[in-house]
Amino acid sequence: MIRPEEIKMSAEETGKWGMVIDQDICTGCQACVAACAMENNISFVGEVDAGYGRSMHWIRIERFWEGAYPEVKMTPNQPMLCQQCGHATCEPVCPAFATVHSQAEQLNLQVYNRCVGTRYCANNCPYQVRAFNWRDYQRPEPLSNQLNPDVTVRRMGVMEKCTFCIQRIHKAQDKAKSEGREVVDGEFTTACAQACPANAIVFGRVDDPESLVSQVARAHGHGVKHLEELGTLPNVTYFKGG
Amino acid sequence: MSDKKQHAAQSHEEHLREKHLMLDPLPRGKMNDMVMESMLEKPTWKFWVIFGFLAFVVVYFLFYKWGVLIAKGQGEAGVMRPDYWGIFLVNTVFWIGISHAGTFISAILRVFRAEFRRPFTRAAELMTTFGLVQAGFSIFMHMGRVWLAYWLMPYPNQRLLWPNLHSPLTWDLLAITTYLLSSTMYLFLPLIPDVAMARDRSTGWRKNLYKVLSLGFRGTEGEWTHLRNAMNIFAWAIIPVMFSVHTIVSWDFAAATRPGWSSTIFGPYFIVGALHSGMGAAAVVLAVIRSTMKNMKYFVRGEHFDAIGKLMLIISMSWAYFFFNDYMVQWYGGDKWTQQLLHFHEAGPMGWMWFAMLICNVAIPWAILWNPKWRATPWAITIVGLVINVGMWFERYIIIPISVTINRMPFTWRLYEPGIEVPMGIGTVALFILLYMAASKLIPLIPVWEVQEGQMAHELKKFGRETVVSVSELE
Repeated sequence: MIRPEEIKMSAEETGKWGMVIDQDICTGCQACVAACAMENNISFVGEVDAGYGRSMHWIRIERFWEGAYPEVKMTPNQPMLCQQCGHATCEPVCPAFATVHSQAEQLNLQVYNRCVGTRYCANNCPYQVRAFNWRDYQRPEPLSNQLNPDVTVRRMGVMEKCTFCIQRIHKAQDKAKSEGREVVDGEFTTACAQACPANAIVFGRVDDPESLVSQVARAHGHGVKHLEELGTLPNVTYFKGG
Repeated sequence: MSDKKQHAAQSHEEHLREKHLMLDPLPRGKMNDMVMESMLEKPTWKFWVIFGFLAFVVVYFLFYKWGVLIAKGQGEAGVMRPDYWGIFLVNTVFWIGISHAGTFISAILRVFRAEFRRPFTRAAELMTTFGLVQAGFSIFMHMGRVWLAYWLMPYPNQRLLWPNLHSPLTWDLLAITTYLLSSTMYLFLPLIPDVAMARDRSTGWRKNLYKVLSLGFRGTEGEWTHLRNAMNIFAWAIIPVMFSVHTIVSWDFAAATRPGWSSTIFGPYFIVGALHSGMGAAAVVLAVIRSTMKNMKYFVRGEHFDAIGKLMLIISMSWAYFFFNDYMVQWYGGDKWTQQLLHFHEAGPMGWMWFAMLICNVAIPWAILWNPKWRATPWAITIVGLVINVGMWFERYIIIPISVTINRMPFTWRLYEPGIEVPMGIGTVALFILLYMAASKLIPLIPVWEVQEGQMAHELKKFGRETVVSVSELE
């Protein structure tokens, strides 16, 4: 049997930026969801569309339970976001090269202005974390003043997804470069990790053994990568039942 | 020989002539006149009422609603997470399926010299081209930003951006484009002698139209040699194109990482499915032509429905085999998501559709088509053809929106509810019929030269008391 780590195509795909999520301390407060929407100019789709499964979030809190009412046992909340796969299933299926692998950041990029909206990537994503702009959603005043100038505002008909806050990565890299140094661990983090009151989300360099994210991963010791059996090489690790 | 026996032999011969078009020859001039008459016959008020109604449906349901869809976005349709693909793609696969029977009848039966094909090759080829038009429309309706569809084409541009040849959708686009172009050419080539015939028998704007279309064809030996060579090359070449098109369409699904889709048998399964719906549609089209157009009862007879019925029965059996094989292996594989999916197919809220599919695709065709008499009855086979098409549409509906309901993230499971796709799908059906109605008045629907060629090759010979049908080699 082929083990997932054997199908890595090259050293590049070991990942650079990564995330660990501790499901045991996640309270399910949805602060990450709100922070992500603020940071990344995500549209609010309204009641009707949200009720029909069209809500746009780059991160969502999945809530499960075991048993039947009234003997219901809650299981730990599961924040789900783009796993920034090293060997992503969304990438090869796009006919227009709108979803591509970045060599520099080793992330899955979505090129909004190249997307023609075939939605094949979303269909082929085993994590179902891509969000499609089903309509041009309204941004009534004063919500438009809240837009983040560092992030593109997407229009109708394009796919979008979590970028690991690539605008923050670039800002930190630019600053470090102008000061003639490397990016320091903890200098910046993603919006979701920053907002998490329980510190359940930790973001950083997974290729650096001294970074906080690597230390947390070592301390837990038994991380799980979702649907690892598909060989997608996700860059997000989950801890549960520690 | 006694009078009685002689009489019996004669009536046997008459019976054969009555039954088989190839043994019942008419002079070429007479057949030309019959076909011209059926084409030039002044349309009745019923024709115009239906034509006008369909034109309204096309304008309102297809084009106006499409405008709404483009202006307001895919949110007008029923698609959402996780059903990112909906009825638009169901219709795409459905129409490509319909288009397959045209090539099958016209190319494969021509190559294998199945004589019964002769009067209806053109009707089948028209189905191919018009069906592909609907498939093209449906796939463009599906796109989020259809005004950028040309980005999928490999055209030279300043930024050196090319379509992604790793994507099954790119293969699909190239395959469908190839198929549309080659099937249109293949429709055109056998049309040349008939258009030339029409040119010599018409006046006014029609004469000018046919003059252009017939490319100056006069029917000399040299022209026929070239035309036959070209048709032979196309007939052989279009067969692999036809097989590749639906195989590649199936790869859109089979190449994806989804439970229920990653199946290696999807290629042949889709092809057989395409032929299944296409044959059904061919039977319906033939029955309509026969009952509504003048002189068609001479050209389209019970034997043709009988032959199509036999093909339908065989294809229905192959479809059942592929369905069973696909189901069996998926179920035996034991993947937990696939098991969830299979359970959802049968016992989920759309379970009725799963059972209806099996009844329409297998039970009803098997129950009716085994009987030669029922097979040869136009209205009976029309019903079977329609039922098969409903069943095959259900099959594609089950494969696309119902199957994508179940994925590896149970949190997102949700059932698809169609929206604007339904009227737009009806619009494509209307456009198909509309194009067919227009074609029936503009080009000769019966390839007269092909029928005559067959009639010249067939002969009733007497060996002692037996009357035997003999077919001579044509080339």
